[in-house]
Formats: sequence, structure tokens, C-alpha cells
Amino acid sequence: MSVLPLDAADEVATEPVPPARRRRGLPGFLRRPGGVFGAAWLTFVIVASLTASLWRPFEPGQQDTANRLALPSAEHWLGTDPLGRDLLSRIFSAGSLPLLSSALMLVVAFGIGLPLALIAAERGRRVERVISRVTEVFLALPATILLLALIGVIGNRLYPVMAVLGVLISAAVYRVLLGVAQSVRQRLYVDAARVNGLGSLRVNLVHVLPSMATVVAVQAAQLFGIGLLIVAGLAFLGFGPGEPEPSWGFMIQDASGYIYTSPWLMVPTGLVLALTVVAANELADALAGKAAAARGTGRRRRPLRRAVAAAAVPAGAPADPAAVLEVRDLTVSVDDGPDLVTGVSFSLRKGEVLGLVGESGCGKTMTARSLMGLLPDGVSVTGGSIRWRGRELAGLSEAEIDRVRGREIAMISQEPMVALDPMFSIATQLVGPIRRFRGVGRSEAKRIAAELLRNVGIVDAQRVLKSYPHQLSGGMAQRVCIALALTGEPELLVADEPTTALDVTVQAEILSLLRALVRDTGLSVVIVSHDLGVVADICDSVAVMYAGEVVEAGTAAAVLDEPAHPYTMALLGANPHVPEGEPVPERLASIAGTVPPPGSWPTGCRFATRCRFVQEKCTVPFPVLPAHGEGSVLCTRVDELSREHAVWEPEHAGDEIASPLAPPAPVAGVSS
Amino acid sequence: MTTAPAGATALSATVRVPALEIRDLVVRYGSGRKARQAPPAIDRVSFDIAPGETVGLVGESGSGKSTIGKAVLGLQPPTSGTVKLHGQDITAMSLKQRSRLVADLRVVFQDPYSSLNPARTIGQTLVEPLRLMGVKGPEALQKARAGLESVGLPADAVDRYPSQFSGGQRQRIAIARALVCDPKVVVLDEPVSALDLSTQAQVLNLLADLRDQRGLAFLFIAHDLGVVRFLSQRTVVLYRGQVMETGPVEAVSRAPRHPYTVALTAAAPVPRPAEQAARRAAREAAGFGTAGAAAPSATGCPFVPRCPLATDVCVTERPPLRLVEGTEAACHHAERVPAL
Repeated sequence: MSVLPLDAADEVATEPVPPARRRRGLPGFLRRPGGVFGAAWLTFVIVASLTASLWRPFEPGQQDTANRLALPSAEHWLGTDPLGRDLLSRIFSAGSLPLLSSALMLVVAFGIGLPLALIAAERGRRVERVISRVTEVFLALPATILLLALIGVIGNRLYPVMAVLGVLISAAVYRVLLGVAQSVRQRLYVDAARVNGLGSLRVNLVHVLPSMATVVAVQAAQLFGIGLLIVAGLAFLGFGPGEPEPSWGFMIQDASGYIYTSPWLMVPTGLVLALTVVAANELADALAGKAAAARGTGRRRRPLRRAVAAAAVPAGAPADPAAVLEVRDLTVSVDDGPDLVTGVSFSLRKGEVLGLVGESGCGKTMTARSLMGLLPDGVSVTGGSIRWRGRELAGLSEAEIDRVRGREIAMISQEPMVALDPMFSIATQLVGPIRRFRGVGRSEAKRIAAELLRNVGIVDAQRVLKSYPHQLSGGMAQRVCIALALTGEPELLVADEPTTALDVTVQAEILSLLRALVRDTGLSVVIVSHDLGVVADICDSVAVMYAGEVVEAGTAAAVLDEPAHPYTMALLGANPHVPEGEPVPERLASIAGTVPPPGSWPTGCRFATRCRFVQEKCTVPFPVLPAHGEGSVLCTRVDELSREHAVWEPEHAGDEIASPLAPPAPVAGVSS
Repeated sequence: MTTAPAGATALSATVRVPALEIRDLVVRYGSGRKARQAPPAIDRVSFDIAPGETVGLVGESGSGKSTIGKAVLGLQPPTSGTVKLHGQDITAMSLKQRSRLVADLRVVFQDPYSSLNPARTIGQTLVEPLRLMGVKGPEALQKARAGLESVGLPADAVDRYPSQFSGGQRQRIAIARALVCDPKVVVLDEPVSALDLSTQAQVLNLLADLRDQRGLAFLFIAHDLGVVRFLSQRTVVLYRGQVMETGPVEAVSRAPRHPYTVALTAAAPVPRPAEQAARRAAREAAGFGTAGAAAPSATGCPFVPRCPLATDVCVTERPPLRLVEGTEAACHHAERVPAL
């Protein structure tokens, strides 16, 4: 069951917790070819090397003087070396040393780096600083020179050498893991476990480490490859096990002497070493999910499934001659997937503010974004029409819609801080679009930028122009975003939850600003909101959306004061802001269950499964009915409900507690 | 403050010791000279919560409301001041000591997505606190299942992972985790602000039901006065780490005596266009300053730069909390604050 909000694809993407890891079946990294190759080759090399003494056809030192520098044959599968020794036997006899010593390096590096990272993340800044300074010293040491000096002292003993290398590398491991550990520790479930009194060790083992597993695995796989190369490199330089003991590095060195006469000699050893290192890196890549990042290239807009021209003959109400924006039967779908929005129609006049309101997953953001041609990858308009001042916007090419976007239709989003580029000053961010949209010079553009900022209520415009986004408060940043949207002198502003991330006093200021802009410039606004109070404050008309369709539309006063659709009634009942003079209810009205995700909408009324007034006839399709004068309502029982003065009643106290098992009361049979 | 507010259980009338007592709490972030010179995140905050009572802690971002919650829970060590649970001083106790000595304090966080470990089943998450209290395996699981049912979820949810639940359901699970050890005091840190309206209503109703049924005391942290008014009996209004006003929720909501509370109340929109237009007109006429316009004075009232009533005394002298017409307000001009 997927119950994530499907309002916007990015909503899912920004969710802090990854969606369900599959517990059954293949782990994710094995679903990518690189991961399969990496895991398979590494397993093969490790198993073959560790068991070499059991299966190798020849002893690694055994010389076949008749067959020196032989090419592969039935006897010697990979050929022989200058002394006639079997390459296959030698390669895999040599394998266990680099594999095991690299593994030792990993164990040492993570054995030091991981606990240090966990401790530093847990104990706070002071401890973290001490540990970080110490590890920086390690990072500054010249590792190669140190290793060679060590070999000079203790001789060609690879295990202690690689262990020392592990100590040096632990500093780098610590660096990477510290960042991860710190971010995991900020997750609330770690705090919750601490409040429960879980000890420090168990918090780390149970709650912090599992979330770091992927990064640890990626780092380990990559370092393993590096370790192999270092071991081979040392042996190549002569710091490996001496002859006649086989080693990959020495075998490569040996082969390099015959590179012109017997080039084959280089191939088997070189290939095994290269493949092993590549396999480690491929595995790391697959674990890191790099393949996922490559997805989504080759973006292509799907042509309209249903002919746009059909919209020239409006199906429902006659076109409003005064409307600047006329949306008819808009359908937005996931490519090769379910519809996200179906049959949405509304119109907007000059200087009018329309609210699209509903809960997450109802399609309001998708509807708003389709007006701008800014749907996420893999989502497109597949039917209906969007007529903007007599011109059809649905189905326009990216280049064509680009001429409309910014100049005629502009957008402000929910997160002003994300909408501004942290790297550039406000002046730079405003001047660019002003010059592009208005074709003026730099100094004139600067003057206009200051004027725009004053128009959005920023008193000290010159100071704000010089600042960077992080120096602004959230409300100030949203004002700048509105100024940015106004650079192209648009006639329609699409505002997607423009005040949701702001404090309530700042929200009031931004709404006042938008209202003043509408009054002074005749701007039309489509505002997406989940807050009925915001709609009541600023909207002239409202379209209530549920599960991808408009269930009720009309003037804001009509819809909010006399809701006709049960869903609108329920939303109003769920709002804890009581009107002046009315008592606070004991319990709020609520709607059982959740919004059904796209693709699993019921036939007939999509609200039927959650509606208190549902009847048999609600499950068969029915037409949109006129309501609220020029508005509409999508409820087949609307007349009956109106006659019965139906009200979506609040719950009774105790209704939310389903089971009498629940109370901790010592007395048996207590009912709730 | 010690009288039982309307709606509280009969229990609170008989018990004198507050469930939670916060005295002169000060929290400073960071260390060093610079941090000592900056105004503290929490500045001498005091309030009590009676057993079975819900106190709403309301303020905008940066007001320090979540910091108070963290200080109460022991997640943020206070610089000075005390926190007492049922009369026992827990200010300096480590989290581990707390879990041994006082199983009475639990928490529900705001974000239902990051408050549950995605790699653990719901059962593992719920059993964890019980195990720490010494409840054995089968019994703990039985309690976890009962806990899920008490928040309106099926008992077999114990075998599923958080990703299989919606935001509202996850918040129910987080509530079940907080309540599974039968605490007496629960810190609710913005428990509904990440939820949709209809889901928010479900969770608020659930919290109200659980409180009435079990006699729970809530420290209810929220930014929305409407939500606080629904669930709380008393409210504490914070601004920049200081208490601006405190009192019975109805008095504070209907007749606030501090200009900041007025600004906050007036800014919350109501879903009735005609009434909202009148409120908006009244708010715009009141002339509150823009948020974050100027740095507040270090010695006086933090609301001075935005306050239409501010005078010289407000800049020089920090007003103490004093009783004005049923609520306590920290304002030199509380008597002159206009009605909503």
C-alpha cells in the first residue's frame, strides 16, 4: 500500500526517509548490471584465491621448462611465465595476499574511523573539534613515504604495512562518516530513542549505524580497490613477497620486461587486477545508487493523448468572454501511468484571485504547474485545454512556452529560500531577468530592481539588493521572490502555497502585499493552498479539489459560507479556527481514512469511500451540477443534502479510541 | 494558576504538586564570549502544568518553543533554571537516569517521517521503551499491540514498517510509542503541523480523547493559536525566548492583553470571507511592524520594534509578567491594548 502524498513528485523525493526497502527479493544494488558484475567478480576472485591450494593444477613454483612463455593451452589455461610456471595457478595463489591485506586495511580504517565518527557526532562540538584536529594531522602525513620508510624498518611484511596504511586512511574514513553520522543523529527517531532512555551504545547500534550502512559499504568497496592497487604497486616496486612466492605486482613487473616479445604475459595478471579494482568500484557505484541519478535523461514531452482541438467546443459552461484564463477538462497524467488530475475546468478574469484548495494528493499543485508548463519529469498534460488570452498553452513546445513563462505568467513557490540562488546577491538575481524581459541596460535594470523591491514593501531596497539570500528572513525572501516574479511584468501569477512556510504574522503581510498588487496592477492570481483561512482572506473564487478533480467551485463567500459538497463541509469542520463568538468545539470534524492515491480512485464519486452521506447511487458516474450561481458541485446527492440541511458533525468525545482494550485501567470492562 | 481549569479531570483538583514545573529556565546556545553576549534562546521562562492539564506553548519560528520542549526532555541542557517532574528535580539528570527514575515523561515530535526509524518494524519501535523498563518479550509485544489499538490502528501493524503508513498514521504510531509506558506527562512538539487538515483533526481528537481518558498532562507546542485553543486549557505565548502572556486559553484568545498576542491572533485567518475581511481591516489599522524589521533592544521588551504602543519605557525596561484582567501579560501598556 502506498500512501505517500502524490501531489508533486518532488514531495516524494524530498522525503527524509527512503521509501520502503524491499525486505524480500534482491537487494537494490543487485538490480543494476554494474552491481551484479562487481559482486559476482569479487566473489569469484575471493573464493578462487582463498581456495587456490585446493584446486590449482600446478604448484605456483613448479617449472615446466619445455613450455616457457606459452600462450593459453589445454594444459596451461592462461599460459606460462618466463620460467614455465603456470599463470593460472600463480595468479590465484597470489590473490589471497592482496585481498586479505586490503581487507585488513579496511578493518583497521573503519575500526578507527567509524567509532570516532560516532563519538564525535554524539558528544558535540568540543569533542568533535579535538578528534577532527587529530585526524587532520594524519591526513597531512605523506602516506607513500611513510610506508616506504616503514618497509625499510620492518622489511617486506605486507600485513603490518597495510595495517599502518589503514590507520592513516582512517582519518579520511572518519571525515566522510562524521558528516553522515551527524545528519542521522538529527533525525527525530534518534531523539525519541534517547528520551526513552536507550543507552548511547544501543542508540548508535540500533538507530544510527543502520542508516549509515550504505555509505559505509560504498566507502569500503572503493577503499578495497585502492588497497589492492597499493599492494600491487608495492610488489611492483619490489616490496612484496620475494621470488619464488607469486604476487600480482611482481608478475606485472616481470611481464613488463617481455612486453615486446611476449605481450600475452601481461594480459592475465593485468586483467585480473584491473577487473578486481573495477569490480570494487562498480559495486561501490551500485551501492551508492549512481545509476538512479542517470535515470530521467532523455526527457520527452508526450503529445496530447486526446486532441486539444476538441476543447475548441467547450463541453460544459459557455466560455466566459471576460476570462483571461480558461481551463477546460484539463487532464494531467504520469507517462504510462495513472492520471493525477482529470477534467479540471475553471476560468479567471483580469484582477481576479482564484484559490485551488485541497489536501495533499488532490492534484492542486499539478494543476497549477501545468499552467506554467512546469510539470515534473514523466508527468504531462494529456488532455483538455489551457487557453491564456485566446492562445492555447497545452501542447506548446518548450521554446514556445518559454516565451510566455516569466513574461505573461510568473510563479512563486512555497519555499522562498529554495527559489533564490544562495550564490548570488539579490541584485544579480533581479537584474538578469529584468534585462532579459525588458531589454534595458544594466543601470536602468538596477533602478527597476530597487523600484520592484519597494513595490513589494521592502523599505531599505538598496541594502536588500546587496544582500545574499541567507541574510534575509523568510518573509523578506518571499517578498524578493514576488519581486522576481514581477520582473517580466506578468499578467498572471501562479502562487503555489506562497505562505505555508511562513509564520502567521508574516503570512498576513504577504497576503496583504498580494492583495495590493492585484488592486494596483490588475494582476490575476491562481493561488494554491491547503488553508481555508488563506482562501477566505485573499480569494474571489475558489475551486475545492479532491483526488484529482474539482468537487466544488464558486465564489469564495458562497463556497466557504454555504458549502454544498460534503468534502468542503468536512474540511471546514476540521478547521480549529472558530468564528468570532462561537465556542470551541469539544471535538473537531474529521474524515476517516486518507485520500486514495492516483490509480486507485473509486468509480463514481471519488469521495464516496470516506463520505458520511454515501448511498448506493454515489458509486455510479454522474455529471457536474451547477451551484453557487456560476459555480459547480460534483455530488449527486447535493439537492437532498441541501434539503436535509446536512451538516458534517464533529466527532463525539472518545470516538477516536477504537478499542476498549486500550485503557490502562485496572478495572475490567471500562468502556471508552 | 493552581486551580483546576475547566475540562481537566477530577484528578487535578486533589493533587497539589504540579506534574511539570519550570522555573526561570534559561538556555544559551554555543559557548564563548560571542554566545554569552547574544540574547539567550530561552530567557527566564517559568510555568507549571497541573496533572491532567494541557498547556499550549505558542509562538512563531525562533520563539524558542521547541527549545523549551527539548530542555524539559533533557535533550538540551539548560544554562540555568530548574525543571521538576512531580516535584522531583530532573534538570541535571541524564537521559538514562531519567528513564530509570521517571518513566513519566515522553514525547511526540512534529515530523512523522523522521520520527520513526525506517529500518525497524512498528513492533520493534514500540517495544523498545518497554524493554528498557524491564517488560519482558511477549508481554511487551502484547502491550505494543494494545497501544496501537488505543490509537485506532490495527494490532497487526506491529509487523510492518513505517514506510507503509501515511503521515497521519505515523503520527498515531508516534503517539502510541509515547503512551506505551503509561507516562503522566507528554511533550507534544508540533504534533499536527505536518499533517493535512482532516488528518490533523483526527489526531487532535485522538489526543483529546487520550488525555481525558488517561488524565494525561500535555505540554503542547504549536505555532497555531487555533490548534492550541482547541486542545489546551492554558496557554503560554512566547516571543524571542520570553513569555509575553500566559493565562486560561479562552481569556488569552478572546481578550489578549499583550500586543504580540493581539498581532498573532489577528494574523490567523478564519475560513469565513466576511469575518476575515473585518479582521484583516482591524489588523491593518492596528499598525503592527514588519516581523524581523529591526533588532530588539537588549534591555527592554523584545516586541518593541513591531509594537504600535511602544514608548520609551518599553525600550529601557523589560516588563514583568503581571495580572491584567484574567491573564498575565508582560507589557507596560497592557491596559491600553485594544480589544480584538
